[in-house]
Amino acid sequence: MKKIVIALVLILSFALCQNVCAQDMIQIKGSDTLINLVQMLSEIYMQKNPGKYIAVTGGGSGTGVAALINDKCDIANASRLMKPKEVDQAARNGVSVNRVVIAMDGLSVITNGNSPIHQLTADEIGKIFRGEITNWSDVGGPDSSITLYGRQSNSGTFVFFRDAILKGDYSQNMNRMNGNAQIVEAVKQDVSGIGYVGVGYVKAVTGLNVLKVAARAGMSYASPLSSEDVKSGKYPISRPLNQYVNGTPSGDTKAFLEFELSPEGQKIVEEEGFFPIPLEYQEFNKKVGL
Amino acid sequence: MTVVAAQYNRRRPWINPKIKEKLIHGFFFANGMISVLALLGIFALLTMTSIPAFREINIGSFLTGFEWNPTSYVKEQYGIVPMLVSTLMVTVGALLIAIPLGIGTAAYLSDVASPKVREIAKPIVEILAGIPSVVIGFLGIVLVGPILSKIFHTHNGLNAINGSVLLAVMALPTIISISEDALKNVPSSYEQASLALGASKWQTIARVKIPAALSGIIAACMLGMGRAVGETMTVLMATGCAPAMPKSMLGPVRTLTSSIAIELGEVAYNTTHYYALFALGLVLFLITFFINMISDIILHKYEKVNR
Repeated sequence: MKKIVIALVLILSFALCQNVCAQDMIQIKGSDTLINLVQMLSEIYMQKNPGKYIAVTGGGSGTGVAALINDKCDIANASRLMKPKEVDQAARNGVSVNRVVIAMDGLSVITNGNSPIHQLTADEIGKIFRGEITNWSDVGGPDSSITLYGRQSNSGTFVFFRDAILKGDYSQNMNRMNGNAQIVEAVKQDVSGIGYVGVGYVKAVTGLNVLKVAARAGMSYASPLSSEDVKSGKYPISRPLNQYVNGTPSGDTKAFLEFELSPEGQKIVEEEGFFPIPLEYQEFNKKVGL
Repeated sequence: MTVVAAQYNRRRPWINPKIKEKLIHGFFFANGMISVLALLGIFALLTMTSIPAFREINIGSFLTGFEWNPTSYVKEQYGIVPMLVSTLMVTVGALLIAIPLGIGTAAYLSDVASPKVREIAKPIVEILAGIPSVVIGFLGIVLVGPILSKIFHTHNGLNAINGSVLLAVMALPTIISISEDALKNVPSSYEQASLALGASKWQTIARVKIPAALSGIIAACMLGMGRAVGETMTVLMATGCAPAMPKSMLGPVRTLTSSIAIELGEVAYNTTHYYALFALGLVLFLITFFINMISDIILHKYEKVNR
């Protein structure tokens, strides 16, 4: 009898602690492109605000959005926009979705450092990833087959790149890798490889060509590493990186979002290889009170 | 007087022994039933959740289709043939590596090795079974992949062979320990008779003991196969996961398990895609179920023969 009482007390106190702990913890989930950046932001935020806890996990934008729809996290990282279907689904679960833009990404197309390919047009990239061009000689390279490295379908980058550049389906022969870092590693080892990753993953890496991309043949080529080209939209595959929240942010969640958008937060964004948000998105964020 | 009565009372069982016996019997029976119920429950759940998928997908094109692309930009496709072929390729590849190695090791451990070597080697083989699959997958990316791409002069090492090698490593402990048990269970009179007839040790192992233990060894291989078919994380990491129909052992493959693992995390609940993933799970369940059943039948046969 005594043992049972002790066990019950233990279970109850554990459950209580979980409730208390859960209140202070901000749960962030989603995009693999954003995970390093948001982890860095949250670490510095926690250092400056002792007693605040943030848990950041990955899994892909699709995973984060699914968690937000089911009200399983406070903030969903997404490197793509939520689909109207997903917003509806969230509404049915009583989650009213608001979007905050926290950084800009120049989605980078990469080849191996020993590849002679340094620039391509958006059209050529589309053809390569749709599987219509399968040999490097068709785009001015050596006579060698192309190995494609892309993401899995739960990735926001997978969806964004498909909708923005391919406007069609990926080649069935594309290798589906488990994250940005895996694509970087694979392309570094494969001289015939081509892949796409967030710019934060290529800035400090050697052994890669970060391709310059032109929107159309005849237009000038721009690099995702140039902050002006990305901000001005001259680099054709730039995109906002988003965080989605349930309702109007308040309390701890709001404080963290404000930190991310503050000059200090935006400086961390730059240090992590991404770009600070331009004026139009600063205005956009004001709509949710940030 | 009162003291004696108290002692007597304490000794008297508080429950009728016959009822107690029945209660204990019932308790163990219930324990046994739990796993049976769990199996039936899983099967029922998979079946129930799979059925809605076929409201929109033609079951014929599901089983014979060559393209799997449920999140397509253009048109959703649900064909499982490339995944079945991929699963078959990595499994057969794994068994081709693991069976000779496994039987060889088992024969060595049961008949050749000195007791001291056996005492050290056997636990090490068993520890191999405890390495997390994600660690083995990681080794596939950083170690096996680069080696394979050098040997075969391919652009990369994310291919079916890589998956096979890793799955072979994972299936080995099962194959070795069950085969070794089977070899140990061969009556020693067989061995003695063979040696008395002038056969060498090698002849005795290869022509007498292994054939005598064959059904146990086959069952071991089938169980190893079940392990290989169902493994997820390792193949997900090491085989490239391109959904196209595999062309060779040196190309990327995408198994049934990796497709479920990749897509289940992001799929919207109660959509055709969601149900289709459960249908994949059902196919996988049936495959492993039949493999296990066949190995069980073989094992059973072997027990009868040796009794």
